[in-house]
Amino acid sequence: MIWNEPMECMSRDQMHELQSRRLKDMIVRVYHNVEFYRRKMQELGLEPGDIQTIDDLVKLPFTTKQDLRDNYPFGLFAVPKSEVVRVHASSGTTGKSTVVAYTRKDVDIFSEVVARCLCCSGVTKHDTVQVAYGYGLFTGGLGLHYGAEKLGAAVVPISGGNTEKQITLLQDFGSTVLACTPSYAAYLAEAIAEAGIDAAELPLRVGVFGAEPWSVEMRAKIEEGLKIKAFDIYGLSEIIGPGVSNSCEQQNGLHVAEDHFVPEILDPNTLKQVAPGVTGELVFTTITKEAMPLLRYRTRDLSSLDYSPCECGRTNVRMAKIFGRSDDMLIIRGVNVFPSQVESVLLEIPEAKPIYMLIVDRKGTMDTLEIQVELDEKYYSDEIAELNNIRNKIKHKVESVLGVSVIISLVEHKTIKRSEGKAQRVIDKRKI
Amino acid sequence: MVIKQLSVFLQNELGRLEEVTDILYKHNINISACSIAETAEYGVLRMIVSDADKAAAALKENDFSVKTSDVICVETPDVPGELHKSLQLLTGAGINLSYMYGYSNGGTARLIMKVSDPAKAIQLLK
Ligand SMILES: [Zn+2]
Repeated sequence: MIWNEPMECMSRDQMHELQSRRLKDMIVRVYHNVEFYRRKMQELGLEPGDIQTIDDLVKLPFTTKQDLRDNYPFGLFAVPKSEVVRVHASSGTTGKSTVVAYTRKDVDIFSEVVARCLCCSGVTKHDTVQVAYGYGLFTGGLGLHYGAEKLGAAVVPISGGNTEKQITLLQDFGSTVLACTPSYAAYLAEAIAEAGIDAAELPLRVGVFGAEPWSVEMRAKIEEGLKIKAFDIYGLSEIIGPGVSNSCEQQNGLHVAEDHFVPEILDPNTLKQVAPGVTGELVFTTITKEAMPLLRYRTRDLSSLDYSPCECGRTNVRMAKIFGRSDDMLIIRGVNVFPSQVESVLLEIPEAKPIYMLIVDRKGTMDTLEIQVELDEKYYSDEIAELNNIRNKIKHKVESVLGVSVIISLVEHKTIKRSEGKAQRVIDKRKI
Repeated sequence: MVIKQLSVFLQNELGRLEEVTDILYKHNINISACSIAETAEYGVLRMIVSDADKAAAALKENDFSVKTSDVICVETPDVPGELHKSLQLLTGAGINLSYMYGYSNGGTARLIMKVSDPAKAIQLLK
C-alpha cells in the first residue's frame, strides 16, 4: 500500500521539477523573512534569483545545530509568531536546547509524512498503534500520534516508559503496531519474555522504530523477540520530526519524503556532494515548511543515497539505514569507532546480551576502551576458566571488527541501565 | 556423595556479597560450606546450602545470575596423605578436577570437588 502515490511514485524528472519550483519559492520567503539567512546569502553574494533549480542547492549556505542554538529561541522563524501553532524542542546534552516551530500547514505536512511512513510499514486504518515514544517537547510521541490518526488507525497514546502498563495494554487492547525507540523495543521484548508471556500470542505484528541508530542485527533480534516485522522510521526535529523517511517491505533503504525534504550526502571534510552510493554526512533542505525552513541542515548522521527505482513501486530516493552519527564516533588511538559496531558484534555472540556500555578513558597518553557487557544468565558458569573463555571470545570478535584493542568486563545481567528513550551507551572520561 | 552446589556470579562491587547472604538469611537457608573465586573484575561465589533450589529461586528473583551444578563431597580421615590418595585415584582414572574447597573438624576432613565425572569419582573414592 502506498499512501500518496502521486508524490511517492513520480518520475525523477517530475520530482526535479517539483523540488525546483518549491525551492525557488522557499528561498524567496527565507530571504525576505529570516535575517540570519539573508545575511548568510549576502555574504556569499547570493540573491533569490540565483536559485532557479534544485541543482542550485550547492550554492546555498549550511545550517548547523549551533546556528539554531545561537538563534534560541525564535530567531529563525520565517512567519509572524501568530502563525505558529506548535513548538517542539530537543534537549541539548550540551548547552541550550534547540527549538522548532510549526504553522498549521507544517503540522499537516508532519501528519502527512508520518502517515506515509506508517503506510510504508504496512500499517492501515484497521490497526491499533501503541505510541510508546515520549510525548512532550520531543517530536516522537506527537509526531507518530498525528500520523497514525491521519491514517485512520486507532492510537493508544501511552507515551514512553511504564513497561508493565505497556505490556498490559498490548494484551488488553490488542495493539497491532508498536512505535518507540529500538532500544526500548528490545527492552520490552525482554520484559515480555520475563513475564512469561509468549510474544507470538500477542496481536502485535509491526514495529515502527527510530530516533536512534540501530543495526540490522538488532532489527532481526527485535523481530524475533516480539514476533513482528520491524521498520525503520527516520527523522529529526530540526527537519520536522519522525517521518522524514521510512523503510519499505524491501528493507533496502528508507524512502525519503523528498517532495518536502531534499537530501544531499556530503563529504564531511570537503562539504562537497559525493556520488550516489557513497557514505557521507546527510544534509536536508526543507522546501515546504513555513514556520522554520532550514537550508542544508547538517544532520551529522552518516548515510548514502540510492536513486534507483524500488521494487515496492516508490521512486522516492532511498537513504541507507543510518550507519552512525558523526557525533557518536569515538576516536580511540586514532581509530574511528562507532557504538553501533559493538552492538552488531554482540548480537552475533549468544553468551552476551546486546546491552553494553563503552567507557573511554586515558591512561597516560593511551586511550583505553572498556566495554561492559552483560552476560546472558543462561551461559553463566561456576568455573572461572569458562567465564574467561566467554570474555576472550567477545574480546577477540570485537577487536577484529573495531581494529583496536579493548577491555571486556563481564557484568551481572540487568545491571546496565535500560533505556526508555534514547539509550546512553558511552561514557567518555578523557580530559581533552 | 554427589551433592548440589549453588554458585552466583558477582561483579566486584561493595556490598554485593552481603546482598546474597541477606537474601539467604531471609529465606532461612543455611550455608554449610562456601568459597569465592575471584578475578580482577568479577567473582564466583560457590556454596553448599540447605536447599539449593529454593536458594536459587530466591536469588534469581533478585536478578542474580545463579547456577546449580553437581559436585562431590568426599569425607576422609584428617591425617596426612589422605587428599593425596584421593587425587591419585582421580588422576589415574582420567577425571579432571576443576576446583575444590573444604574443611576439617573433629578428625574428619570434608572436601567439595567439581570433577568431570561425578558418578565415577564417587565410585572410586568410596
Ligand atoms: Zn521501496
